[in-house]
Amino acid sequence: MTSTRFVITVIGIDKVGMVAHITNVLAQFEVNIVDISQTIMEDLFTMIMLTETKKKGFDIDAFQNAINAAGDELGVEIQVQKDDVFRFMHRI
Amino acid sequence: MFIHPEEIMETIHMISSRNLDIRTVTMGINLRDCAHPDIETFNDNVYEKMTRCANKLGDVADEVEQMYGIPIINKRISVTPIATIAETFTQEEIVSIAKTLDRAANEIGVDFIGGFTALVHKGMTAGDRRLINAIPEALAVTEKVCSSVNVATTKAGINMNAVKLMGKVIKETADLTRDREGIGCAKLVVFANAPEDNPFMAGAFHGVGEADCVINVGVSGPGVVNSAIRDLDNPDLGEIAECIKKTAFKITRMGEMTGREVSRRLEADFGVVDLSLAPTPEIGDSVAAILEAMGLESCGTHGTTAALALLNDAVKKGGAMASSSVGGLSGAFIPVSEDAGMIEAVKRGSLKLDKLEAMTSVCSVGLDMIAVPGDTSSSTISAIMADEMAIGMINRKTTAVRIIPAPGKKTGDMVEYGGLLGSCPVMPVHNFSSEDFVKKAGRIPAPIQALTN
Repeated sequence: MTSTRFVITVIGIDKVGMVAHITNVLAQFEVNIVDISQTIMEDLFTMIMLTETKKKGFDIDAFQNAINAAGDELGVEIQVQKDDVFRFMHRI
Repeated sequence: MFIHPEEIMETIHMISSRNLDIRTVTMGINLRDCAHPDIETFNDNVYEKMTRCANKLGDVADEVEQMYGIPIINKRISVTPIATIAETFTQEEIVSIAKTLDRAANEIGVDFIGGFTALVHKGMTAGDRRLINAIPEALAVTEKVCSSVNVATTKAGINMNAVKLMGKVIKETADLTRDREGIGCAKLVVFANAPEDNPFMAGAFHGVGEADCVINVGVSGPGVVNSAIRDLDNPDLGEIAECIKKTAFKITRMGEMTGREVSRRLEADFGVVDLSLAPTPEIGDSVAAILEAMGLESCGTHGTTAALALLNDAVKKGGAMASSSVGGLSGAFIPVSEDAGMIEAVKRGSLKLDKLEAMTSVCSVGLDMIAVPGDTSSSTISAIMADEMAIGMINRKTTAVRIIPAPGKKTGDMVEYGGLLGSCPVMPVHNFSSEDFVKKAGRIPAPIQALTN
């Protein structure tokens, strides 16, 4: 079975319950976390997750909308991008 | 994590704050199978083929944009040079083809369509001449159609008859669009060594050696290169070249990935990534700003040609490594009206037409989006073109002229086109006449560089 991997980046001010809120959305869409890291970059809290879904016909539209809604509630910026974009740019 | 967080953040920064984008995804469509002696049928065939091939272009580009988070700014179409398939039609009928292209472009939802084109570098057929004569009206009555005429190649020399004619055509085009500051001329390019797979407007057309339906991608990114150079700590020029090379590599990889994905989804052939640095009127997203980041006080001053040569070469080296399908124009663009830094340099008085001409000998394309006084004679415009064509012919490279004799404007006035076309100050030309030279017409023979076999 093929899988689709997404990199999810969260940038903003840290808050209690932020990871729980976002991972809850991932669970709803059956998206698994492969790796996760948190750091402070240029004074901003940055969380990067490598995620994966094995669901056939995964609805990326709905997923992005749900993630964006979570971002709005938390007051942070969240992006969902296919991991290819980073592999292509930084790896030969 | 197999990709370092810093690399992820670098990519995100490039897109969010440094204007990295895919400038254009251009679908090249072959129209040779649309040829028909009856103009009505011909136009129907063209409309049907274009809308059939490109009906999903916009949706697919949007999907890919969303999936990867990279903005795709423009979706465009290029078609077979119309002169090659419209030989038998009258001038009026050829204008109706331009209208058909415009109608199809509106239906598909693209912002420009290129290919109202004639290739006359060695000589002109009667049909070529009718198409060229139809250009002013065609550009006045359509919105999205772009036209180009190839008047010189290294192999054939310069067709000075065509150069002379194009001077008049450009004047007439400006005149017919005088209510919009001569905008017709912004959609008209005169080429030497025109590439057949260029995705950028206004010079895009679908060459005769191409497949039926091809996706070509033009990347952008002067803003990314500019800030990468400015982040360096007191670099020497070798370090600057290295930095540009690495940045160009990354930018081109984006283009390669996007082009392959869009063409896969559209079941079209993947053509080329054009790794040009195409500026926009946004502050910082400027080729002039890159040259100034290398230490020049203002673009156009002494040293500008050297800095541009370094930039252009480093972009190509990085890009060539990143993609095995590099094509089109591939180099740095210096369109005056579309580059905030160039506009400022002209206003400051540091950038003049003569310097721009020198710059075009070391970078991609040529005298691009330049406004000159409305009373500039057609022979002077032809002579400006001839100079530029000579640079292309001798250096075995593409050069182009997109010049606007702005109706009713004089040196120092501003012309405004809005959007990507931007705005520009009217630049002075030499007042000495070139009339007798241009009048001689004929052909400048192919240079010794042509004898390569």
